[in-house]
Amino acid sequence: MRTLKFLLQKEFLQIFRNKAMLPIIFVLPIVQLVVLTFAADFELKNITYVVYDADKSQTSERLMNQFAASPFFKFKGAMANFNDGMSALDENQATLFIRIPPRFEHDLAKEKSAQIMLDVNSIDGQAATLSFSYASGIINSFSSEIRQEWNGLPEQLTMPIQVEKRYWFNPEMAYKNLMVPGILALLVTMIGLFLSAMNVVREKEIGTIEQINVTPISKVHFLIGKLLPFWVIAMFEMAFGLTIGYLIFNIPVNGSLILLFSYVSIYMLVVLGMGLWISGFADTQQQAMFLAWFVTVIFILMSGLFTPIENMPDWAQKLTYVNPVAYLIKVLRSVLLKGSTFAQMQWEFVKISLFAVTMLILAVRGYRKRN
Amino acid sequence: MVEFHNINKSYGENEAVKDVSFSVGEGELFGLIGPDGAGKSTLFRILTTVLLADSGNVLFNGKDVVADYKYIRENVGYMPGKFSLYQDLSVTENLKFFATIFNTTIDENYELIKDIYQQLEPFGNRKAGALSGGMKQKLALSCALIHKPKVLVLDEPTFGVDAVSRKEFWDMLKSLKAKGVTILVSTPYMDEAELCDRIALIQKGRILDINTPKGIVEQFERQLFIVSNVAIYPALQALENNPATQNAYSFGQEIHVYADEITSANAIKQVLENGGLKNPEVSVGTPNIEDCFMDLMVRGNLEESAHA
Repeated sequence: MRTLKFLLQKEFLQIFRNKAMLPIIFVLPIVQLVVLTFAADFELKNITYVVYDADKSQTSERLMNQFAASPFFKFKGAMANFNDGMSALDENQATLFIRIPPRFEHDLAKEKSAQIMLDVNSIDGQAATLSFSYASGIINSFSSEIRQEWNGLPEQLTMPIQVEKRYWFNPEMAYKNLMVPGILALLVTMIGLFLSAMNVVREKEIGTIEQINVTPISKVHFLIGKLLPFWVIAMFEMAFGLTIGYLIFNIPVNGSLILLFSYVSIYMLVVLGMGLWISGFADTQQQAMFLAWFVTVIFILMSGLFTPIENMPDWAQKLTYVNPVAYLIKVLRSVLLKGSTFAQMQWEFVKISLFAVTMLILAVRGYRKRN
Repeated sequence: MVEFHNINKSYGENEAVKDVSFSVGEGELFGLIGPDGAGKSTLFRILTTVLLADSGNVLFNGKDVVADYKYIRENVGYMPGKFSLYQDLSVTENLKFFATIFNTTIDENYELIKDIYQQLEPFGNRKAGALSGGMKQKLALSCALIHKPKVLVLDEPTFGVDAVSRKEFWDMLKSLKAKGVTILVSTPYMDEAELCDRIALIQKGRILDINTPKGIVEQFERQLFIVSNVAIYPALQALENNPATQNAYSFGQEIHVYADEITSANAIKQVLENGGLKNPEVSVGTPNIEDCFMDLMVRGNLEESAHA
């Protein structure tokens, strides 16, 4: 025990003596949370659009007024012809180009149907899909309005079934409520994985491990000495990040914080075990760094934070079963937004515990005091 | 105290140590002398349980270093060739740390390190990384001694250290020896070899000879001539062209010639003058360890090529 105490003391001394460390611990979470949460907002506002109205009728003007009134769209000008509209897209002056053909009103009145063309800049696929669906929404509601007026049908008959949407657990569909738990998960994962992966390798690089290996200190003691300080830092990061999320973004805390932190405390063993495992077979900090990056990027992109897991192909969905970050995000969101209880989360606890045991065994086996 | 039995170790294709056997007695100051890459560190790392030999075994106080590695780790003090203390910890913190992982305290074994550590105490709060070479070495030695080891293993401890600190260091080793510590030390410096009780000359993973420094020198069977006052390179060429004087090696501003047949300085002078060198000075010399090493090395190489 005395040995362990000194090992921990030594690690903390070294961590806080490292000048780069404090900024990493305090600045990183603030920057990540604040910047990413605001920046990675998928709600589209101010979609820029241009119009070429070849009809110039009363009806086409009414439709355009609907677009102008929408908070999602921002009018960037009326085009004199088709080519001007296309070049506005080319030159990124607008994301959406609405083309109303000549005889639009006429066709609508005579043929009972007319066409409008929408061109969307699809460089960003997600933004394009959203722009398109917002625009379709406006056009659809306009067309039922027209139909109702011209045919004189009562309102109830135009749309026999009306869909009323309610986003459960996140009623305002507030994007930040989804993002903050996700970014918190990334944050503790990155901090934990990088710090632990680099640390043992650093001792290899500067040669101190050679001296340590000759001492009677046990493998397990040594690894606990490496793991515990980063575990404490990661738990602190979690609390710190959650506080920022609560104070700045007002994210709801519907579930038990004890439950949440218990889960994170097991989760961190997975991440730190993985880091120590990496540093067991890496010879230089550079190797460890690349490996840690490789793992983190895959974990993050496949975590369901940026693309829903349900949208992934089948094989990729199966891969997420071994992605601890996906589990953490799920649990954080469930506990914070949904107020899930331990009874509802017990399987998550079992899974992450199995994960932790596996990683720790790998880490202990991967570290050899002799070659 | 320490016995190496038929140790072999290869790193891939490269045979680092070939069939090495030797033993070190209790309280002995034993030197492994050889150039870089001779296999000195490999042998020490096998002894200190951080490296496994391919074959052969090492006994430490009668205990096998593989089976009883725990015993060895508790009783050996190891100072690796590369400075391997925590540079971001202070002198005192380093010493305290190593004392703790050996389950002891600085006070408990202060007697053993007192002489060395006293010189460091004024710098107790300085980071190890900010110490001078000689001071680093003293700190490393203190850390290796803090648990009162039975055997001290020092891998090239004086490498890259100035002459004064080197001398001080060897004085420290002598006083440790007087306190009963068995010491194994490796060094590429031949002048340090003479300070050991016994030495093993090692080259390309093979032991060339083991003896007391005096015994090694006495075994030198050839006649040594020292050539001076000549331009080294042309003189070497002139000597090497003559089969009788072909074993000629430069030692700084001098050339040492190991001869079997020639017995007079004048004969060497003749060879040099025939080679166009003016006024060479030749005298009969007493061989030192380095001469013995060079001679043994050449013979070893000849044998090796004869086998091949």
